[in-house]
Amino acid sequence: MKDGTGTLLTLALQFSLLSFLAIGGAITALPEMHRQAVDVYHWMTSTQFTQLVAIAQAAPGPNVLIVTLIGQQVAGIPGALVATVCMCGPACAVAFQTVRAFHHFKESRWAVAIRAGLIPVSVGLVGATALIVARSADQGWGALLITAATFAITHWTRISPLWALGAGSLIGLVGLL
Amino acid sequence: MTEHVVEQPPTIVVPTTTDLFLGFFKIAISGFGGVLAWARRIIVQERKWMTADEFNELFALCQFLPGPNIVNFSLIYGARIRGPAGAAAAVLGLMGPPTVLMIVLGSLYSRYGALPQSRGALTGLAAAAAGLLISTAVSMAEPLPRKGIGNLLIAAVAFIAVGVLQWPLLGVLAVLVPLSIARAWRRA
Repeated sequence: MKDGTGTLLTLALQFSLLSFLAIGGAITALPEMHRQAVDVYHWMTSTQFTQLVAIAQAAPGPNVLIVTLIGQQVAGIPGALVATVCMCGPACAVAFQTVRAFHHFKESRWAVAIRAGLIPVSVGLVGATALIVARSADQGWGALLITAATFAITHWTRISPLWALGAGSLIGLVGLL
Repeated sequence: MTEHVVEQPPTIVVPTTTDLFLGFFKIAISGFGGVLAWARRIIVQERKWMTADEFNELFALCQFLPGPNIVNFSLIYGARIRGPAGAAAAVLGLMGPPTVLMIVLGSLYSRYGALPQSRGALTGLAAAAAGLLISTAVSMAEPLPRKGIGNLLIAAVAFIAVGVLQWPLLGVLAVLVPLSIARAWRRA
């Protein structure tokens, strides 16, 4: 019981902090979530983490819901709720206050510089997320081919990525991987 | 209900609290693999709550505020239109139903995730998800070189530090964000 409360507190603290580091979307905080869940707290293996990311990507809803899945694996339904509320609450409250203030100086040199300066950092972080997921997802040539095909379909055609996600899991389901 | 016709043809509709809940609910459940595209389609084209320009402006703002940007968006827009009740309705519509769905999926994963068939399916799903993420990263990176090679360099450093070396995010951001903003400040 004491252990359970301790875990919930850890989840609350980690995700509250993480929410402030998620610049340019929740997805940019994924490498840090991976580091903490796998390397620091040993809540799950890298493969399990990647599978949760895949489920969150395939399911409808905002990307941030990956934290719901992580919280649930760590501490059940209370863990899911704590992780979700903490990932959204504190940072959103700050964002809300900032917008009110920001309205007056949104064209100022500072505002432009902050906006322009954050973009390259968040691009690098999304790239890092892709690398971490690709590295622990790809367990052979078959998986690598699925990754490459999904990239090609998503990037160069207007076909919905859902088809690629569905095809990928079907190929795995029938045992071809 | 009166509708105010703005100078341009698109008529802006002011949603009620219930409309806010239902609209953001629809965005959430339509939004496979991220919700931005659906948010734009539903808010601008289908419900006409905002013009495309208003949407872009508010979204750009949310994108560089801390936290999940679509949640920021729903909170700020809901509050702007209908005060605290509107903010609550929008956020609950967006987050409530998908959270419940995630909990259900998570329990299924805990129970059946280790079965050989599910392991295979999950491996295939994860491999596809990796491809989807690479595509997101590439689309985001494509406009960077046009704004100077330095931006590409900063993105590369963030990528290597966090992705390859797996350094803690806080430390990396503490160095890179001020540096990148200072660069942008000099050029602004």
